[in-house]
Amino acid sequence: MNKIEVQDLTHIFGPHPKRGLKMIKAGQSKDDVLKKTGLTVGINNVNFTIRSNEIFVIMGLSGSGKSTLLRCLNRLIDPIEGRVIVNGTDIKSLDKKALREIRKKEFGMVFQNFGLLPYKTVLENTTLGLDVQTLSDEEKLERAEKSLEKVGLSGWEDKYPDELSGGMKQRVGLARALSVDPSILLMDEPFSALDPLIKQEMQELLLDLYDEMNKTVVFITHDLDEALKLGDRIAIMKDGEIVQLGTPEDILTNSKTPYVEDFVKNVNRSVVLTASNIMIKPSVLLYENDGLNVARYKMSQNNFTSIFVVDDKRRYKGLVLFEDVYQAIKNGENDISSLVRQTKIVCPDDTINDIASDLAQSDVPFPVIDGGNYLLGILVKGTILENI
Amino acid sequence: MDIKIGYYVELFIQFLLDHFKPFFSSISNVIEGFMTGTESALLLLPPLIFIISMALLAWFFTNRKIALFTLFGLLLVFGMGLWISFIKTFVLVLVAGFFSLCLGIPIGILCSKSKNTDRILTPTLDFMQTMPPFVYLIPAVMFFGIGQVPAVISTVIFAMPPAIRLTKLGLNQVPGELIEVGHSFGFTPFELLLKIQLPMATPSIMAGVNQSIMLSLSMVVIASMIGASGLGSNVLNGIQKMEIGVGFEAGLSVVILAIILDRITGNMRFGQKKHSK
Repeated sequence: MNKIEVQDLTHIFGPHPKRGLKMIKAGQSKDDVLKKTGLTVGINNVNFTIRSNEIFVIMGLSGSGKSTLLRCLNRLIDPIEGRVIVNGTDIKSLDKKALREIRKKEFGMVFQNFGLLPYKTVLENTTLGLDVQTLSDEEKLERAEKSLEKVGLSGWEDKYPDELSGGMKQRVGLARALSVDPSILLMDEPFSALDPLIKQEMQELLLDLYDEMNKTVVFITHDLDEALKLGDRIAIMKDGEIVQLGTPEDILTNSKTPYVEDFVKNVNRSVVLTASNIMIKPSVLLYENDGLNVARYKMSQNNFTSIFVVDDKRRYKGLVLFEDVYQAIKNGENDISSLVRQTKIVCPDDTINDIASDLAQSDVPFPVIDGGNYLLGILVKGTILENI
Repeated sequence: MDIKIGYYVELFIQFLLDHFKPFFSSISNVIEGFMTGTESALLLLPPLIFIISMALLAWFFTNRKIALFTLFGLLLVFGMGLWISFIKTFVLVLVAGFFSLCLGIPIGILCSKSKNTDRILTPTLDFMQTMPPFVYLIPAVMFFGIGQVPAVISTVIFAMPPAIRLTKLGLNQVPGELIEVGHSFGFTPFELLLKIQLPMATPSIMAGVNQSIMLSLSMVVIASMIGASGLGSNVLNGIQKMEIGVGFEAGLSVVILAIILDRITGNMRFGQKKHSK
């Protein structure tokens, strides 16, 4: 189901933005508009849908319009053109009161610099969003305590923000957003201000919380590693436009523009790419019923030192080595089954990181096998090196 | 060339006098009543009790050093025989300060909310602050006669600008992200003001309070020229009779009051965290 639909969304900063809108519609570029009118195009005709209960990552460098786009979703910024439909309601058509209601009910927002009030305690900060909801005091307290517990801050209720580390501050920010129990969590570069180790910890926390709850998360980041780790789908933005939208695998393996390729070049692909992304189709396989001479022929034709054995349904059985076959023929045997050896097998979802060191030490390729024992492909050392 | 701005100002004031006299008298009566009440109440109190409660107040809001200064300073004023004048000046400052804040803080909030208000008010404030304070005395006398009331009015006009400016400054300096936090939770503009903007602007607003009170104090001495009784009139007496001693004693009392009020209002923390590390 679609949670948020964004249609033809355009936003231009500056006085009398309609002038710029005409130029953009006439096909002029962002730079042209800036040169001729001094207006900045924040978002340029963006269309996409966010599904219920997914983590949707919007990624781009600073100035790409990603934060503006996020703020259009709850109308912190009022886009000059286009529609944002949340749960079937076009939020651009709402009056101020109805807008406040939908913000209270549907949205929780987490900010880059935490957005905590320095003169209020952790608990008071957490109840900030609840204070304007119609709830009893006990219920407010209970919900605040519960969300503080979720983010691992029980016992810190009476501290002040300046007594907390950066990671803990953002935990408070997260608890505050969760306490109002929104269906959509908007996160504006929430972990960018944190050091790498804390950042990872917070990413794990977010993923854990996400698994527990029924929430749609819209996550802004400039860090592709983070986007690939968290996102179910990723939209890459440049100059106010979405240049590519897809799953992490799509983005990595099928970069559509040089811009995306540049991004992808720098990422540590070994944590993201899985065996299924890089396996190759075996050109030749040995069947159970093949004889020893067939085995020797297939291997010597292809310069293999080993070959995988499958049954007639292509189910994986094991592999045989050239030297074993050679010996057996010399000894006058003609039965393959006694020569079949077992090696490490790999699941399609294993990442390169998981496999690399084992494969590096192995003399033979690894088979990639699905749940039905079906041989999907093979991994050889060379392909891994190509992909890292 | 002879541009007669002064003539038109006179015409304008005369117009106000002719048409709004009852309005000014009612204001005059309210302030008069308010001041006489406070003054009599404070004068009824035995001086020693007043001195000790002021010292305790200073201790509660600030620290022991300032409390001790308050105690000995006020005892000195009492010892010099200037107690009645002191109380009159104290009430004048208190009332003028109270009105400047009651008007100044809301106007400051308005300025930060509306650009148009700000555009009109900024030059007005510049005008009010740079106009020599003596000038306010003339229309004040014309509207309200002589005595405490015109003194309070001209003091309020003179002391209000910093309260307005610093309130506006404090509100404008609240980080944009915190404003967004409020909006993202569906705050109304009033909730935003109450829960986020005003608490964040408190230090700046308190600086405005402090400045307003200090300016009130400097004005009440000048206001003695239009018959405001109190320490100011003692200073004026000293000048007129060339008695350095009288002038100095009254001046010293003003300084003591100034230091007490400055330290107390300067160190108050409303809505700020109370723990110290």
